[in-house]
Amino acid sequence: MAHRTFFWFIIPSLAAMILFIAFPVISVITQSLHVEHEKVLIVSENCGPFGCKQITSIDVAATAQLKSDQPLGRFSGFDNYTNRNHLAFDEVVLAWQSSQSMSAFVKKLLNLPFYKALSFTLTYTFVVTPLVILLGLAIALGVNALPKFAKGPTIFVSLLPMIVTPLIGSLILFWMIDGDGVIGASIQYFFNDPNLSLKASPVLTWMMLIVYGVWHSAPFSFIVFYAGLQTVPEDTLEAATIDGANRWQRIRYVVIPYMKPLVVFITLMQLMDNFRVLEPIVSFASEASATSLSWIIYKDLTSDTQLFGSAAATSILTIIGVAILLLPVLIRTWRDFSRTAH
Amino acid sequence: MSTIKTMALSVTAAAVLSSSAAFADCGIKGNANVSILGNDFPALHAVFSAAEQCAGNGVTVTKNHNKDYKDLMVPALSSSPAEYSTLHVSNATLVTLMNDGLVRPLDDLIEKYGSGLNKAQLVTVNGQVMAVAFMANAQHLFYRSDILNQVGVKADQLETYEQVLAAAKAIREAGIMEYPVALNTKAGWNLGEEFVNMYLGTGADMFMPGTAKININNAHGIATLNMLKSLASYSHPDFLTFDSNATQALWEGDKLALATMWGSRTAGILDDEGSSEKVVNNTDFASAPTFNEGTVPASSLWWDGFAVAKNVSDADAEASFIAMMNGISTEMVQANNDVATWLVKGYKPSKAAKGVTATAMNGASPYPMLPFMGALHGAAGSELTDFLQGNESAEQALADMEAAYTVAAKEKGFL
Repeated sequence: MAHRTFFWFIIPSLAAMILFIAFPVISVITQSLHVEHEKVLIVSENCGPFGCKQITSIDVAATAQLKSDQPLGRFSGFDNYTNRNHLAFDEVVLAWQSSQSMSAFVKKLLNLPFYKALSFTLTYTFVVTPLVILLGLAIALGVNALPKFAKGPTIFVSLLPMIVTPLIGSLILFWMIDGDGVIGASIQYFFNDPNLSLKASPVLTWMMLIVYGVWHSAPFSFIVFYAGLQTVPEDTLEAATIDGANRWQRIRYVVIPYMKPLVVFITLMQLMDNFRVLEPIVSFASEASATSLSWIIYKDLTSDTQLFGSAAATSILTIIGVAILLLPVLIRTWRDFSRTAH
Repeated sequence: MSTIKTMALSVTAAAVLSSSAAFADCGIKGNANVSILGNDFPALHAVFSAAEQCAGNGVTVTKNHNKDYKDLMVPALSSSPAEYSTLHVSNATLVTLMNDGLVRPLDDLIEKYGSGLNKAQLVTVNGQVMAVAFMANAQHLFYRSDILNQVGVKADQLETYEQVLAAAKAIREAGIMEYPVALNTKAGWNLGEEFVNMYLGTGADMFMPGTAKININNAHGIATLNMLKSLASYSHPDFLTFDSNATQALWEGDKLALATMWGSRTAGILDDEGSSEKVVNNTDFASAPTFNEGTVPASSLWWDGFAVAKNVSDADAEASFIAMMNGISTEMVQANNDVATWLVKGYKPSKAAKGVTATAMNGASPYPMLPFMGALHGAAGSELTDFLQGNESAEQALADMEAAYTVAAKEKGFL
């Protein structure tokens, strides 16, 4: 394609990308470099149904003046990134200097909100992603081997976890694992411990969240693999059979190599999705045991005190995190692409 | 997660207002638009519906009950003209609105139309009335008299949290319940509220006077945390997921004997739904206890009221005020007596209001109306969980909370 044609061909999507991706990202970056205006405080008397009291309040007129002088707020450089609620450079250095052992340092590190969230986010991403790929492939192979009349209904049922909205799906699971719920009560009966609770300890909460993540995402990888399986050449499989390959060998040496591009695709999608885990944390009320980067953003924006700069900084850090995660996969794909192209 | 909305949701005793009177002459002159925004619970339904009766004769009244009204209110009132002419406010939300100057002083309107109000209903800041309160709420003690009888504890022996702990110990040792206690300790807003309540019981201030500098990392803070942890040790290990819905369900399910819950939950527990006769008949309420030899109950008083938007025409503001005054009339209260602890003349306190009234009578503090209170509340909600799970010391938890607050307050421009 001539460059000129290519340019005209791509310009609508390029325009859309600039408008809907580049501009918002730039605006979030700008936001993350600012904090709110100084609030002018005055002490005044406050009375209500329960008596009078001296309280501090904001001088609205004076603050409005500051606001109109500098509509963006106060420029704060990278403060929003380096403060305690984010990368916490000072606190990390201090923790390093004051720690006798590595485990003491890690404990102090995980006491900081960003690193606490990061530890769960990364664990979740790196446990859920491979499990989703393996489970999805296994289901796809199983469904593919079913007799024709059973395939349709089985596919439909297998897709259900993905159809259920994450917020609702995780809430249902949260109720099921309650001591009075069907799973929670069964586990208590099984271990003969009436006080066993899946919500009480961080370890069990992490496990529940990961189980939920696999349950929710496996259908996605299943349906992609299943579509891929329909295109595996019959000839090659037959040839392998004639050569004496059993079912496992055919899968290992014919099907899986054929599926490799799909594995890359699902890995990319899952790394991105899992790194942004949010809904199960909200539904499981797991704030005390597990948080994620997206959850921090959510909390900053929905609490009584909305912190826009802080939320913007965490958003940018999330984008950087996703980019770092995807880099190895992308480099590899690029190399493969260059090899085939030349 | 959110304020009063979760507290009062289960008050199911909502009396349905007669809608036969589609048009009542409320005395609004000329044409005006009244639009009301507020939370979604039965007491507010009663108020807004009564206000709606002012519609007709050139006056339109629309209402929006929304559980997420807190997220809507600032943008909706920032536009000019504002999307809503009047709205439901509480201690916490009024501060948010005043921080941005979105509500107007009501003094002139009260002079004209507010003769029926109690002085205590007027919420004044800096000499100006900014809101009119109509109902009160607070967390207080719920107890099961049958279970306390079994272990020989009398109702007047629950005046301090130390006594509550002793009663809980007796119940556990008698083998009646392993986890007889619950507070709304879900990590986040609920846990933050428990910290604030307990800390107020010490009688100390949470900030350095006249500044936004936090002042909780001290002996009062440590006493507060230790009491929360002692209570948690008699709570089910799931306690960090307990919100109002969870604790009410546990109570109605005969799984608790002592709990600190919202007053707005009493009517829901006393009604004939969701529980057994045994639980309902033996449920009783008392003032929030004191602790650590303090003199005031470890709880905060909340009020709900209404305010009028700044960015609307004076005519609409006046009409809104008149409509809302009609909404909180004595007739409305008489028709909906048991739905809330009303602050309006003509209210007859029922059993459901016993706990809130006692807590107020014992001198509990109102929830602090400070512009930076939300930041402290949020820091408490997320930084104290490690301590309550036994993973860090009280000193460390308070230091974390102080640090988290300081960062947020700096970003908001308070420090």
